[in-house]
Amino acid sequence: MPTQHTTTVFDEDMKFLAHKIAEMGGHAERMLEHAVRALVESDIHLARRVVSDDVILDDAQNIIDDKSVLVIAQRQPVASDLREVFAAIRISTDLERIGDLAKNIAKRVELISERAQGVRLVRGIEHLGDLALAQVKEVLDAYGARSTARLNMVRDRDDELDAMYTSIFRELLTYMMEDPRNITTCTHLLFCAKNIERIGDHATNIAEAVFYMVEGSKMPQFRPKDDESHKVGLDSQG
Amino acid sequence: MDDMRGVAAGQDTATTKISARGVQVHYGTNHALKDVDVDILDRAVTAFIGPSGCGKSTFLRCLNRMNDTVSSAKVSGKILLEGEDIYDPRVDPVQLRAKVGMVFQKPNPFPKSIYDNIVYGPRIHGLAKSKADLDIIVEKSLRGAGLWEEAKDRLQQPGTGLSGGQQQRLCIARAIAVSPEVILMDEPCSALDPIATAKVEELISELRQEYTIIIVTHSMQQAARVSQRTAMFHLGDIVEVGETEKMFTNPSEKRTQDYITGRFG
Repeated sequence: MPTQHTTTVFDEDMKFLAHKIAEMGGHAERMLEHAVRALVESDIHLARRVVSDDVILDDAQNIIDDKSVLVIAQRQPVASDLREVFAAIRISTDLERIGDLAKNIAKRVELISERAQGVRLVRGIEHLGDLALAQVKEVLDAYGARSTARLNMVRDRDDELDAMYTSIFRELLTYMMEDPRNITTCTHLLFCAKNIERIGDHATNIAEAVFYMVEGSKMPQFRPKDDESHKVGLDSQG
Repeated sequence: MDDMRGVAAGQDTATTKISARGVQVHYGTNHALKDVDVDILDRAVTAFIGPSGCGKSTFLRCLNRMNDTVSSAKVSGKILLEGEDIYDPRVDPVQLRAKVGMVFQKPNPFPKSIYDNIVYGPRIHGLAKSKADLDIIVEKSLRGAGLWEEAKDRLQQPGTGLSGGQQQRLCIARAIAVSPEVILMDEPCSALDPIATAKVEELISELRQEYTIIIVTHSMQQAARVSQRTAMFHLGDIVEVGETEKMFTNPSEKRTQDYITGRFG
């Protein structure tokens, strides 16, 4: 926000939105980071904290929604202001979803940690989580800096994330076939992996929202590849 | 940025109605309009926006030679209406103003009956042979201005007895009574309440099927709502002109951005 509005309250409203998004973003990052760490380290205490922290994101999203509606009603924002408000609404929705997905991972930690072999299986997911976290960080930095320079990389890395998810999917299937006693743990881990993959998708949504906010046009030819796990069947598990 | 240009699709008959090149206006020593080049499209609403004193009303007044009536005003440059130079000495300004009608900020009906307000123009321009012709023009114009239902039973009552919004629509009816091609509106809603404003805006959308409309407005929302194209004026120049949708979502010029978002002006 380069120059100031004649109405200072308008400036304050816009700053409030930007600040709240940054705050939400930091919180969502932390939830993801903690959820994956709780899973890797079988830290049930940390997992419970992630679960209980989710309400903070829900509240923040409500606050952003209310403020955005108010700004639209009171100021009828146009041009860059309009795009800022629109982006705030979209990004807060994605961040809230990221929180939900992290919370869902955390909820599974207790059950997974009860089974000894679980630990051995979470290494791939840890890496997947690191990648997703980097994505979320990248798009939030882009939002903070109002810069689109690195958003293309986010798209490229989302392909990488999808590919990694597909390979984890295969791996977990293999374990399940090896020993049916793994099925419970592996199914939970599969959900964890899928949640992280979805978080990556939300990061790309945010990338698109940031791009539109900054440039005023759609991100060119944004076609992220889906994960390929829907094609993975028993036949291919040779 | 094609995705931002939905309105353009409705504008397949985008021919130029008015073409202005190098238009300058001096009021004595005041250089009010510096060098304006713009094309106004036929059957579209063009909004002129910009801070006070930017030259938008001055330019509007050039388009039907209203500045001729200001003795200190000196207009130069070329303004073509369908290819014809409106400042050609052979052009009769009165005839020009029948073609290029105007509606002002404050409703200004003549102190006459509603009927006489409308037939005044057609009479002096000899557009009607008989009372029956005039009756037809009155009904058509009032219908065109969305005022017929409200006014048909009180045509002989004074126009000044109508409400502000009705008076403004009467002025629009009066403007279209002489079958103009272009209607200039100088802040037509600034003295009206929100409902009357909405009615005039609704009317503007209907009128654009038949007329070329140029509206000067200080309401950004009004410009965004009623116009297909917007020209942004600042300090006697046009800063930016283009599709309204684009202008209000992603303007190209910083000065436009700053003005429409309320950062100066």
